[in-house]
Amino acid sequence: MTFNQISPSAVSHNFSRRNFLVTSAALGGGLVLGLNLPFGRSEAASSDNFTPNAFIRIGNDGQVVLTMPYVEMGQGTYTSIPMLIAEELEVSLKQVRLEHAPPNEKLYANPLLGVQATGNSNAMRGGWKPLREAGATARTMLVSAAAKRWGVDPKTCRAEDGEVIHDPTKQRLNYGVLAGEAATMPIPTNVALKSPAEFKLIGTPVRRLDAPAKVNGTAVYGIDVRPRGVKIATLAQSPVFGGRVRSVDETAAKTIKGVRQVVRLDDAVAVVADHMGAAKKGLAALRIEWDEGPHAKLATDAIASDLEHATLGTGAVAQNIGDADKAMADAATRVEAIYQVPFLAHATMEPMNCTVDLRKDECEIWIGNQALARVQAMAAKAADLPPEKVIVHNHLIGGGFGRRLEADGAIRAVEIARQVEGPVKVVWTREEDIQHDMYRPYWLDRISAGLDQRGRPVAWKNRFAGSSVVARWLPPGFKDGLDPDSTEGAIDLVYDLPNFHVEFVRAEPPGIPTAFWRSVGPSHNVFVTESFMDEMAAAAKQDPVAYRRALLDKSPRARAVLDLAAEKAGWGQALPKGSGRGVSLQFVFGSYMAQVAEVEVSKEGTVRVRRVICAIDCGTVVNPNTVQAQIQSGIIFGATAALYGEITLKNGRVEQTNFDSYQMIRMNEAPSIEVYVVKSSEPPGGMGETGTSAIVPAIANAIYAATGKRLRKMPVDSNILKQAA
Amino acid sequence: MAFSIKVNGNAHEVDVDGDTPLLWVLRDVLGMTGTKFGCGMALCGACTVHIDGVATRSCITPIDSIGKSQVTTIEAIGATPAGARIQKAWLDHEVVQCGYCQSGQIMSASALLASKPHPTDADIDDAMSGNICRCGTYTRIRQAIKLAAEPNARGG
Repeated sequence: MTFNQISPSAVSHNFSRRNFLVTSAALGGGLVLGLNLPFGRSEAASSDNFTPNAFIRIGNDGQVVLTMPYVEMGQGTYTSIPMLIAEELEVSLKQVRLEHAPPNEKLYANPLLGVQATGNSNAMRGGWKPLREAGATARTMLVSAAAKRWGVDPKTCRAEDGEVIHDPTKQRLNYGVLAGEAATMPIPTNVALKSPAEFKLIGTPVRRLDAPAKVNGTAVYGIDVRPRGVKIATLAQSPVFGGRVRSVDETAAKTIKGVRQVVRLDDAVAVVADHMGAAKKGLAALRIEWDEGPHAKLATDAIASDLEHATLGTGAVAQNIGDADKAMADAATRVEAIYQVPFLAHATMEPMNCTVDLRKDECEIWIGNQALARVQAMAAKAADLPPEKVIVHNHLIGGGFGRRLEADGAIRAVEIARQVEGPVKVVWTREEDIQHDMYRPYWLDRISAGLDQRGRPVAWKNRFAGSSVVARWLPPGFKDGLDPDSTEGAIDLVYDLPNFHVEFVRAEPPGIPTAFWRSVGPSHNVFVTESFMDEMAAAAKQDPVAYRRALLDKSPRARAVLDLAAEKAGWGQALPKGSGRGVSLQFVFGSYMAQVAEVEVSKEGTVRVRRVICAIDCGTVVNPNTVQAQIQSGIIFGATAALYGEITLKNGRVEQTNFDSYQMIRMNEAPSIEVYVVKSSEPPGGMGETGTSAIVPAIANAIYAATGKRLRKMPVDSNILKQAA
Repeated sequence: MAFSIKVNGNAHEVDVDGDTPLLWVLRDVLGMTGTKFGCGMALCGACTVHIDGVATRSCITPIDSIGKSQVTTIEAIGATPAGARIQKAWLDHEVVQCGYCQSGQIMSASALLASKPHPTDADIDDAMSGNICRCGTYTRIRQAIKLAAEPNARGG
């Protein structure tokens, strides 16, 4: 497989703006918004290329260029999305070159999100139909052009491997030769898509197109761009959220070799230098005094206490089935608990960075970001320019996980660039990256269940409090006190639960910015609901798998993954003392998943996750390679959070600084992971995040099985387990 | 002051303070951006290069400590037999995801393979646990190292 370097888009503002999206802004798994396919003919269309839509360009040299509407951050979208288009366009992946899409909300919005963003595991869910249609439309026009030239019925022609072929006369023409004529063909309104039996690419383990450049150092991430004359800056933002710069003594910093300039902002200071080494040294030499502002005493405990208090009131009703209060009153047994999850940083391996060249009437930005149109809009505001004067080049992303759905880094870089002559690359230190992240919210749940005489649930009540990221990020998505992200995984369980009542209380922590984090709402909700389901099984004195299974009569896909995971894990077989198995089951991001984790708890309370078995039904598998990889990835990401992940505040400051205080699972701790995929012809479900939400309760439940200790607060506290030993 | 360093067989003169970490000389002065910045404290391994064949964290290696040693980076590791085998195994095993840490992973794995042609699981843990991968590619990294270590492994 050859792969040409991914290019910034050559065509940025040229596409037709007619038709396109009909959306109401919303975010979330189940929401499908109206999409008028963006198949407007390019205004740049000419006789030397064929641009049937915003995703495909075929030159008269036969070069097929695919513009990627979603960004590549490791999830394999730059392989699976080309597979969708190429499948219907009838080209091989060897023939295609990829371009990053420019910011253009109208052309490149995700139909499920309503905005140009890559997140919520829905690139494949959003692109599954429209991107195959994009390929089919282009192929149909190429076939029409060939048929016209040959004077034959298009129905007697077929396309294969970048050519149109007329079998009866054995004629064939390359797409490049046909490009100019295809551009003049009418755009078909309805194109038939292949049946699964006809797929050549979809469902095969295609190798990643971006891999070769990533093993030899030539892949270009945002942090790697080097416009001519670029200076490097690094910054210190107010250590207390909401604080301001009071004074800066830059005398010592200015004497350091390579330091060019000190830039003072209202709430941050940056040092601009010839290289990052000098910039960091310069920053360390600054003497900055901060006005700490109103949050100088802020601490995590106070935030948790506020949330606990908030769950005593009433919230917005997110789901109500039957009469949970009455059923609870009549229940034979009641189970109650409070669950908590901490703030979490993203800690992408590529620290936050953004390069800006702010010229008189124009701003050029180089970045790797999950929401380009957002970057463009916010950078324009910071630069005091109209959005169309802001050119954004996207790049490969060294870890997104939701961090790069935010434009704060771009805004900062523009603010600094306003005071710098020529291009400047602003690179955050790891400490700055962790201490000025926008965090996965702290959430707290007050949850209860009523069981009947046989232990079967008859009532379920949950009121949880925390930040709504959607309310800030996409305000129209927050309605009547609710948003689809905060509640995903809390209100739509796979189980048959007859009297079910869930409320959400939006409670924003003072000063602390919150953001989406891999597996978003379910990162919290699945931990709570699946741990609590285990508590209910324990209260009913039943096996956790059998207990769940009895509630799945209406959800055969969920039951199938549960059975498969339990079987492959050897559920029920004995384990050594101090070890245990825990199960979790979920339906989030459109995919069914069951996991069984095996853990070992030492006498000192240290937890090792030894083995994870995962069964998945994600509908049609586009690239089995990617599905496996994403599950392995999601499990490590979630297990890292379960074992170590916690951002805490003291005196308004984040206490964690680098990978020593914000730990990651490493090679020597990585569990063995087995993935089993259930065959399905349903439309594809999301895969990027589902492994993350499922592993956390599986680990907590396994710890309970090993020790009898129920951990209702993440991350794992070994002190609690030590006492148990 | 000016320092003379040898990177991938080529001599370079760089005029920076002596305590400047090699990482920034490579990335910002010489423009060799394959070597990555991750933590600045030798905690994550993203910046790993070889100095005289030894895997070294360039983010804490001052330029004045290098002297006449040979620096090898990801851009040239494919020219060594172990590096070529590792790169090929990485591709054959579809290791990469976001890829940002993989330069460092490959440099650590290449040094391991060059010194221990048939590493055990414990050897792999020792050599690779200094390299964090946030995408969690550890399972495939381990498999790829074993693949590269097989006597009949192609490449190189």
